Amino acid sequence: MLRQALPIALITVAALAPLGAHADEKLTLKSVNVDLPFGDRMFPDGPGSEAVNNSCLACHSAGMVLTQPALSKEQWHAEVEKMRTAYKAPIDPKDVETIVNYLVAIQRAK
Amino acid sequence: MQTLSLRSLASRRRFLGTAGAATLTLSPLPALADAIIRLPLPGGPDERSITTAFPQKGPLILQRTRPPLLETPFEVFDQSVFTPNDKFFVRWHWANIPSTVDVNSFRLAVHGHVSQSLSLSLDDLMAFPRVELVAVNQCSGNSRGYFLPRVSGGQWSHGAMGNARWTGVRLKDVLDRAGVKAGAVQVRFNGMDEPVVPDAPDFKKSLDIDHARNAEVMLAYAMSGEQLPLLNGFPLRLIVPGWYSTYWVKMLNDIEVLDQPDANFWMKTAYTIPDTPHANVQPRQTGFKSVPISRMVPRSFITNIKPGDSLQSGAPTLARGIAFGGDTGVARVDFSSDGGKTWQQAQLGKDEGKYSFRQWQIRFTGPERGSQVLMVRCTSSSGETQPNTPNWNPSGFMRNVIERTSVIVS
Repeated sequence: MLRQALPIALITVAALAPLGAHADEKLTLKSVNVDLPFGDRMFPDGPGSEAVNNSCLACHSAGMVLTQPALSKEQWHAEVEKMRTAYKAPIDPKDVETIVNYLVAIQRAK
Repeated sequence: MQTLSLRSLASRRRFLGTAGAATLTLSPLPALADAIIRLPLPGGPDERSITTAFPQKGPLILQRTRPPLLETPFEVFDQSVFTPNDKFFVRWHWANIPSTVDVNSFRLAVHGHVSQSLSLSLDDLMAFPRVELVAVNQCSGNSRGYFLPRVSGGQWSHGAMGNARWTGVRLKDVLDRAGVKAGAVQVRFNGMDEPVVPDAPDFKKSLDIDHARNAEVMLAYAMSGEQLPLLNGFPLRLIVPGWYSTYWVKMLNDIEVLDQPDANFWMKTAYTIPDTPHANVQPRQTGFKSVPISRMVPRSFITNIKPGDSLQSGAPTLARGIAFGGDTGVARVDFSSDGGKTWQQAQLGKDEGKYSFRQWQIRFTGPERGSQVLMVRCTSSSGETQPNTPNWNPSGFMRNVIERTSVIVS
């Protein structure tokens, strides 16, 4: 049984050698300066999209909102309230209903 | 439309301005989505871009650009038990992530309920005894996209996990240098990332004092032999072997010893699970007690056969994959090619340590023609076996059901 396993084990070890090599004494850390993409995509046009763009994009890009599974109006309301109260999103309380309706509507449109 | 976009942009920049986000890059990058992948998430949406737009990173599944959520494409797990640094998943809570880290000016503060506060440079840290450990780093919500009914949050497939050899120093040694005072109850960890809006909760996590001093919890300055990618926490990351990634604080620059339990949002409210077996509750159930998520549970995956693949009936066939025991090692892995009616024990590959992925493989005969379900089941060294039915909780945490791979046998 073990003999059969050997070829795969060997392949694994060979593939690993550069990655699994132990950090040697010469490891020196180098300063890093990078650019992180911003994600400039706006929410699709529709009733309420202006409130959504203004309220949501300060903290996060649009993508993850648009890949959420189908959520009920009640669930979207809970999400928006969580963003507003727990994560201090700049959401005007009078915009909450508009935002929730927008999120429900774009999911139905998909 | 033009007016709207400009106003939104202005509003966004105003926000970043008030948050003092000098380190955040504002220059817009072109959309670099260069391929589409389908994650088989029930009910969709299932399309994601493969992105190469992130520094020090190869192609990854784009779950969110800002703050970044990047998933490891699943085929990477078939190539090695070690996940390459440039393919390692990425998850940040707040978008104010320093894009520049100077190794000479970086300092780790150690303070609070200690005899002597410390301010340690990276050279100071590297002078402590060096330790190494292989450990799986897995998001609490890995595989959230498979929860039914679906739940909100990052819609991960199975790629919010990775395995690396971590090099660094024991947290215990650093705490001993500072001298933990009697009466200390927890140790709180904070990184250099910050909220982008005023008054929002900074991301901080805490461990009980005995856990923090258990000689396994590490401060890592290297990941599989190289400095950490910035998006994985350069220059220093907390390593909490066997526990979910939420505790593995990235860009760690502040350690505070507490004489009171930490009641901050990220301990008390976020990252909590039902205090029930498998963190399982019924959808819409309320009134259950919640506790902070903690240790991981066993999981296993087939990595060389994908859902929908074709197999040949009667033909010798190889299945292989990875398993991990959670907060302990892998005792055994069992495989079924008939939807769980019969099981065969798989062979285990090299043991890289109890917190590591472990490769497994088995040769089997292609089952009867038609639709078949392949299954793999890990039993940990402490005797914990993956359950047959999926757990459910509102946050989509701690999935470890036996995964099923449907194939066509012809």
